[in-house]
Amino acid sequence: MSTTLEAPIAEPLRRQGIRGVGGAQWLLISAVILVLLSFVRATTGATDLTSDGTIGAALTLAVPIGLAGLGGLFAERVGVVNIGLEGMMILGTWFGAYGGWQWGPWRGVAFGILGGALGGLLHAIVTVTFGVDHIISGVSINLLGAGLARYLSGVIFTGHSGGGATQSPPGKGAISTFDVPVLSGGWGSPDVLGSLEKHHWFLISDLAGILRGLTVGVSWLTLLAVLLVPATYLFFWRTKLGLRMRSVGESPLAAESLGVPVYRMKYIGVVVSGALAGLAGSFLVIVGANYYREGQTGGRGFIGLAAMIFGNWRPGGLAAGASLFGYADGLQLRQKSAVHGLLLFVALLLVLIAVRAVLRRQFVQALVAAAVAVAFALWFSLSTVVPSGIVSFTPHITTLLVLALASQRLRPPAADGVPYRKGEAG
Amino acid sequence: MTGAPMPVRKPRSVDLAGLGYNVAALVLAIGVAVVIGGLAVELSGHNAISAYRLMLRYAACNQADSSTPCTADSVIDIINRAVPYYLSALAVAIGFRMALFNIGVEGQYRLAAVAAAIAGVEIHLPAVLQVPLMIIIAMAVGAIWAGIAAVLKVTRGVSEVISTIMLNYIALGLISFILSSYLSGNNTDSNNLSIATPDLPSASQMPGFNRLLHDLGLLGSHPDQVPGFLLVAAIIGTVFYFVVERSRFGFDLRASGLNPFAAQAGGVSSARMIVITMLISGALAGLVGLPYLMGQAYSYSSEFPANLGFNGIAVALLGRNKPIGIAFAAVLWGFLERSAQILDLNGIPQEIYVLMQGSIVLAVVVAYEIVRRAKVRRAEREVARQVPEALGGAVEVTA
Amino acid sequence: MTVPEAEAPLAVELVGITKRFPGVVANRDINLRVRRGQVHAVVGENGAGKSTLMKILYGMQRPDEGTIRVDGKEVAFRSPTDAINAGIGMVHQHFMLADNFTVLENVVLGSEPTRAGRLDRAEARRRIRAISDEYGLGVQPDRIVEDLGVGDRQRVEILKVLYRGARILILDEPTAVLVPQEVDELFGNLAELRAEGVTVVFISHKLDEVLKVADAITVIRAGTTVAEVSPADVTPRDLAQLMVGSELPTPETRESTVTDQVQLSVRGVSLDSAAGGRRLLDDVSFDLHRGEVVGIAGIEGNGQAELVELLIGLRTPRTGTVLLGDTDVTDWPTLRRREAGIGYIPEDRHRQGLLLPSPLWENRVLGHQSRPPSVRGIWIDRRSARADTRRIISEYDVRTPGPDTPAFALSGGNQQKFIVGREMSGDPTVLIAAHPTRGVDVGAQAAIWEHLRQARSSGLATLLVSADLEELIGMSDTLYVMLRGALVARLDPASVTPEQLGSYMTGAALAQGAQS
Repeated sequence: MSTTLEAPIAEPLRRQGIRGVGGAQWLLISAVILVLLSFVRATTGATDLTSDGTIGAALTLAVPIGLAGLGGLFAERVGVVNIGLEGMMILGTWFGAYGGWQWGPWRGVAFGILGGALGGLLHAIVTVTFGVDHIISGVSINLLGAGLARYLSGVIFTGHSGGGATQSPPGKGAISTFDVPVLSGGWGSPDVLGSLEKHHWFLISDLAGILRGLTVGVSWLTLLAVLLVPATYLFFWRTKLGLRMRSVGESPLAAESLGVPVYRMKYIGVVVSGALAGLAGSFLVIVGANYYREGQTGGRGFIGLAAMIFGNWRPGGLAAGASLFGYADGLQLRQKSAVHGLLLFVALLLVLIAVRAVLRRQFVQALVAAAVAVAFALWFSLSTVVPSGIVSFTPHITTLLVLALASQRLRPPAADGVPYRKGEAG
Repeated sequence: MTGAPMPVRKPRSVDLAGLGYNVAALVLAIGVAVVIGGLAVELSGHNAISAYRLMLRYAACNQADSSTPCTADSVIDIINRAVPYYLSALAVAIGFRMALFNIGVEGQYRLAAVAAAIAGVEIHLPAVLQVPLMIIIAMAVGAIWAGIAAVLKVTRGVSEVISTIMLNYIALGLISFILSSYLSGNNTDSNNLSIATPDLPSASQMPGFNRLLHDLGLLGSHPDQVPGFLLVAAIIGTVFYFVVERSRFGFDLRASGLNPFAAQAGGVSSARMIVITMLISGALAGLVGLPYLMGQAYSYSSEFPANLGFNGIAVALLGRNKPIGIAFAAVLWGFLERSAQILDLNGIPQEIYVLMQGSIVLAVVVAYEIVRRAKVRRAEREVARQVPEALGGAVEVTA
Repeated sequence: MTVPEAEAPLAVELVGITKRFPGVVANRDINLRVRRGQVHAVVGENGAGKSTLMKILYGMQRPDEGTIRVDGKEVAFRSPTDAINAGIGMVHQHFMLADNFTVLENVVLGSEPTRAGRLDRAEARRRIRAISDEYGLGVQPDRIVEDLGVGDRQRVEILKVLYRGARILILDEPTAVLVPQEVDELFGNLAELRAEGVTVVFISHKLDEVLKVADAITVIRAGTTVAEVSPADVTPRDLAQLMVGSELPTPETRESTVTDQVQLSVRGVSLDSAAGGRRLLDDVSFDLHRGEVVGIAGIEGNGQAELVELLIGLRTPRTGTVLLGDTDVTDWPTLRRREAGIGYIPEDRHRQGLLLPSPLWENRVLGHQSRPPSVRGIWIDRRSARADTRRIISEYDVRTPGPDTPAFALSGGNQQKFIVGREMSGDPTVLIAAHPTRGVDVGAQAAIWEHLRQARSSGLATLLVSADLEELIGMSDTLYVMLRGALVARLDPASVTPEQLGSYMTGAALAQGAQS
């Protein structure tokens, strides 16, 4: 690694990209995680590690992160870094709440998308047309989004029942939910998974709990959001427009020289990015809380961005990242003591990683993993509860760790964050 | 290719013209914000002109109407608001000058303030030692927290934008953990349920300038102090200017920001520059919470002002990352916040100041970019006019 | 060479084209008439305005004045799409390829076959294979472009154009990155295209090549057309006279000044690739003597850039040592090497050589920020730096209003002369020069060669990396060939021809040597 330290940073790292992890590998990883979780659940008695309640909460918490991450993906795939996702998400919460309060949940969602898209449009104008640094524009939009929401609340929500300068009146009604038939008792069918979960059988009940969490009381909006992940994949890698948009993020010069309208592609990507952030915001309002509250996004825009990086700028990886963060959040909400069990889970996972590293003769990596595993094991055995202050930043520290360990192998779009001016090709 | 080269001395007035461009950009941006703010006032059913008049009078006089005599309370309040913004913006600006984005000032100043608050209570030294010690502790904590991002960037290639944002949230969690453990071991008053550190003893407090100014006959009596950190900020601003604009370190810093590859080829170690700059940025960030902690509130609590770091980014952008510009921008920020307070009393939502701040930043970054392009075009034309053969056999512009 | 039929209809006609940029007129009243089915060369030195003209023809720039006619019809291109629709295709000098895309994705981009709304990869693959077979391009659609060599990439570029059904092909300096053998292959491809009735506009400043391949030649000088000639009627000397108003400068060195005092010694240096796989540098050893120019030839991407960066301290070798005089400098950082007397002319002046927005005097400080006259104590000495910048401006004939002019406002040639002057400041003992005359006008080229010659005779040891084979052969005292990270041959520049050098660079000469 020392050879690249002083060298131009981007070039040597660019060559080695992960070009997607195969389906078999995903399956194997999921299986290992499931077995480990079951084991920890059985030994520590922290039943909420795999309960349907935790998983259900995790799903609801993962969706806004994942949507924000998809937002990030749309922007960065066309080469625009969108650190303003948080601000666009705030606009989504405010507009979502306004629409929900005035006309009901689905209009609220539409309004939230619109609010976020306006933020995206602003970012596109500033970065694409005016060529301002993407980070600077994003930070400014975050400030503006927060300011606008505060101002609008002061003017519009103040004086209405339940509303004020920092909070909206409650929305009209909610988006309905459904249980999946056969599996989780929808349409009057027997609740197969529910009955399996009750027995606390090793592995089987855990699997049932997880599946039931994903299939019971699911909001239609959640379903829509989850479907956006494969839809995004198909769009970018299977359609004409998707290819053109990706080309703008990889090599705008090449794209322009073939007549691809670079600015238009960037505008589309960034506006859709904002719309998705707005959808994420309105999801928080409509499904999560039924009202707007200042600070409601709580940095989820940034976490979404982190999930996207975690996922190596791909929809599948991004969804995995969002699930991880959602799970950590959900567990903490459901059962604080279960978080303590998670320490053992991490220790065991690290042991497996160490063993794998030894088999691949990567001894330094093995040693580090083993040492950290021991630290987690000690922490697990010497304490009974993880302080809530520390639990609250689990996703953030996970992000840092993942970036520190894997950033050398990540492969962002080649022209990501590079300002581009029309007519420079050639 | 004939004729002797003509090393024509570039007249100084060119720099003045450059300054003129920047001022024009600033005026334009503020103009945009004034229009947006005015529209917002009008939309809420009030007269924009009278609202602005109200704000100006209140800021200058601390009075809403001209029947009562002026006091300096508003001005003192604006200074108290501006000083933390100034420090925060300097912390951001030193990173910006080398294209390093410290978005983590927010977490750095809060963590530093907690450390200083606890140190100020736990350590008992005379004030002459205690106050500098607290400042040093705060700067060290800020520097360490920023240093994590620097190390991650240099050794693992992690973008400082993401890592400092993550570190902000980690800092918040850590603060709640530190406070709860510290207070649970320290809280003798079982009735005290609020989360706040004990008040600082007088040796840990930063004196203000009111007494001095009063004795000089410049100031009457006021509830709020002219902050002692005003002097600290002025000194740091001056040092900032000379280090960044005139020193060899500053040259390395700016070169790394303009073109990191050329800087490396010229012998500037980018890793070293990243670490040093991030540490300085963090140390400056460590100061941001101190004026409030040591001069106003005397304890760290859940009411401790938030968003000083994020606003610092805005103030730095507005001030073009230069100490003088930042001073102006910080005062503007303080002015908007203070003067907007009078609006609520007149039925106008005071939140328009947040809207104005947001639109100023966005307008100004666009305006500066337009100005930059105009300057490039002007420089090219200028060179072509003065020395037509500067473009040599090349009649094609590649810049 | 077949005699062109004068009656063949015009495929392209540019009349009175003028294009202005801030302060500059890039094209002034240019006329160009290209007949169908011919290879028409447009020659001119670097910066004469050829590229701008081609960008106008390809719709990337819009002319301020003048008309464009394609196949007799007047057109006004608003974007490359319009040009593509009119049957024009362009192969750019700097390849326009997305490295992380497959060949297929790069080729179909912008004119994708679809089926039921989806990208039809099977159809795209079929079409690419068909074109590749028809013209013998040997392009594999599913490879990632990142993994391809220079020649392959150029064939992908040509295929991209053919895929769009172009009947008029613009090739912008297509031979700049090719060795003589690859140039011959390219000319073979062009012959096939011409046989199929395709019109080729061939941009170059290499006169021998132009005379070999063209049916007609238009000469551009200082932004305007100065002549239209037939290759049968002119000699290279005539063309040079038309192109620059004088003979072209030649990179000849006079008598040898090589001494036996070793100034820089590279011993067994290896460098691993960050991605694993083949080594970037493989056991490289050579000596550089006082008063000597050592040339390194090689196709780009064979380790020359890495060697240069290693010598200036931007990379650390895995094994091996670098000695400066008798001192081991292997682990020294860049600044210390510079202080010890190594100068560096980087391959890409915009990327590694200059702070473009900064005034020249600040650029003068760069690389010398620890030495007088740039600094005094911890402060930058602005006055002395400005004064010394004026010295460079006058000694190296940098055409600029003064030391406060921002670097971006200068032409490439003037920027490069300034860099050479800066790197010669402080009397270096070793100069690492990577492509020192790339993309500069002939005046600057001649001046830079002369400065290098003078420095050599006063004892400077120079490592010269270049893609210009004539420059390498003319300037070097010793010539090495680099292939796949290793020095594979040591040649005598006095006797080697560009063709021989080319066959070493591709490895062909080595393979033959092994067989015989």
